Amino acid sequence: MTVLEIRDLHVSVDVPATGGGEAEGPKEILRGVDLTVRSGETHAIMGPNGSGKSTLAYSIAGHPKYHVTSGTVTLDGEDLLAMSVDERARAGLFLAMQYPVEVPGVTVSNFLRTAKTAMDGQAPKLRTWVKEFRAAMDALKMDPAFAERNVNEGFSGGEKKRHEVLQLEMLRPKIALLDETDSGLDVDALRVVSEGVNRAKEADDLGILLITHYTRILRYIRPDFVHVFVDGRIVEQGGPELADQLEAHGYDRFLAPA
Amino acid sequence: MPLLEKASRQREAGEGMPPAPTQGSVTTVPEKSRAERRASFDVADFPMPTGREEDWRFTPMDRIGTLLRDTPSGAHLAVDTELPPGVTLTSIPSARARALGVPAPQDRAAVLAFAHTDHSGGVMHLQIPADTVIADPVRIRLVGSHSERVWGHLVISVGAHSNVTIVVSHEGTARLSEMVSTLVGDGAQCTLVSLQEWSSDTIHAAQHDVVVGRDASVRHVAVTLGGQVVRMSTNITYAGPGGSVEAFGVYFADAGQHLEHRLFVDHNAPHCQSHVEYKGALQGDSAHTVWVGDVLIRASAEGTQTYELNRNLLLTDGARADSVPNLEIETGQILGAGHASATGRFDDEQLFYLQARGIPEGEARRLVVRGFFADIINRIPVAELQGHLMQAVERELAGAGLAEVGTPDEPTLTATLTPTSDPRTADR
Repeated sequence: MTVLEIRDLHVSVDVPATGGGEAEGPKEILRGVDLTVRSGETHAIMGPNGSGKSTLAYSIAGHPKYHVTSGTVTLDGEDLLAMSVDERARAGLFLAMQYPVEVPGVTVSNFLRTAKTAMDGQAPKLRTWVKEFRAAMDALKMDPAFAERNVNEGFSGGEKKRHEVLQLEMLRPKIALLDETDSGLDVDALRVVSEGVNRAKEADDLGILLITHYTRILRYIRPDFVHVFVDGRIVEQGGPELADQLEAHGYDRFLAPA
Repeated sequence: MPLLEKASRQREAGEGMPPAPTQGSVTTVPEKSRAERRASFDVADFPMPTGREEDWRFTPMDRIGTLLRDTPSGAHLAVDTELPPGVTLTSIPSARARALGVPAPQDRAAVLAFAHTDHSGGVMHLQIPADTVIADPVRIRLVGSHSERVWGHLVISVGAHSNVTIVVSHEGTARLSEMVSTLVGDGAQCTLVSLQEWSSDTIHAAQHDVVVGRDASVRHVAVTLGGQVVRMSTNITYAGPGGSVEAFGVYFADAGQHLEHRLFVDHNAPHCQSHVEYKGALQGDSAHTVWVGDVLIRASAEGTQTYELNRNLLLTDGARADSVPNLEIETGQILGAGHASATGRFDDEQLFYLQARGIPEGEARRLVVRGFFADIINRIPVAELQGHLMQAVERELAGAGLAEVGTPDEPTLTATLTPTSDPRTADR
């Protein structure tokens, strides 16, 4: 049983100067987040644009742009915030990104093998690796030629998301943060990608923190808990029924009156 | 901002060209067009440059000065060849080379090389027979073992409708000024790779000329990893319509190295294409690279398609990359013309992405740099050479710079590869 524990997390970013004016200095995005994700649990974080959902995911993963000003994040009691980005990944954390970046000249197969080797501390056995890799691509309905393309270079939106889930299935983390993995997907792609996430959950009793703006992905990935995220903190929590309410009524009742 | 960028100089092309500026004058007179640059077989036409001239302004004159002194030398490099059947290498006098139609020297180092080769064994003439596919690469390995001045000239005649890959490699210690004149026959397909893997004390100036025959297709690849000062000018002209050129380059400068690549694509014939792509990495104190990409589309060159790109990756502080693309267009009747130049640090987002998959920072950086170069190296059509060059890049990375980059107290690298100018297209 793995536990990701987030306690009273405050995070700020440096706002760069705009239009020749002075830099505005740090701006607080997360204002006291408390959340616990255990193995086998799926938590959906829902909220309007700009509420800080993605900041939460990137802060946990250790993106250098975000500064944790107070609070703690632990994985099985280990202080994640004291670790480098790659150490967090090797501790069992995975972030499926909304906008994965291109890495020119590095093929998907080379990238994944390098990552797998880093995760396991040794190179995977070639024969079983190739077999697993092909099977995982096949399950995600990806063309085998995909393996020889450069990472995210010229990928369509759908290909990028499949590639993220391919990594999730191959690298086998303990806790996955899925940042708007549903955005930009048509219905077929959404189903394929969701099935991949569900397979990863089945295989490894994965704990999932699923960040989304829309409820439609929740038809394919059933959440155990739904958290409404507004203005840098969780304002309401509930079961799957909360998502249905959000779908019917939107976020309006959670937003502060103007 | 740690970005070292040079804004592109765009010149307008006019009809009546003024006379060429006096070289060696106290002030630099800017050229109105790249077409005005002097080209001559006469040493007297190239006085000693001061370093203020447009084509010398980036070069360390003190260090390259030895190749600008008008002194004959009998010294030469050791030559080692692999010549597939049908391919010949002979020695010819420079007068014969000139009669073959080699383009004229364009700077003092080149004109001295031309003038003095007869004293140092003559011009090497490599001939590829017409209508022949040469399956194995032709190899010419030049090895220096002394610091005497060497004047060298290699003329490559590629027969019409032949297909060949030629690899010229440079190693060891040398003071070499060299001309490499490649005359590509009609319809031929030719790849020429020039490797500069010199020792760290070598001074090398080179003028490469490629004359592209009608409907011929040429790939010119420059790989410069070694040498203290390497200055390579590559000039491309077309002998007829329908020619196509790819000019690729890879360079990696360490502390104290000056690696300069100048390209001039002279679109002087209609319906020709050119694609220039150079990538460089720099690491260490006062590592300096220069890339100048001049493209001139003359009024006669209707239907031209051209694109040039230069990217530089600064791996440490203290390195400097100059990048100057120039595009002159004298006709609107072209298919497209564009250029882009970008110099920057590691992309933080790429590093984050790789690290977020468990890959340690040092390895992530190596992966990014390997990928940066692999793009070009993979287009060299000799598999063994691809492997050799990727290993050479690995060795460069394992050297001074990158180990230090990975240390935790290193300042945060924030700038990303930012295009200084977007690819432009002039459609008509």
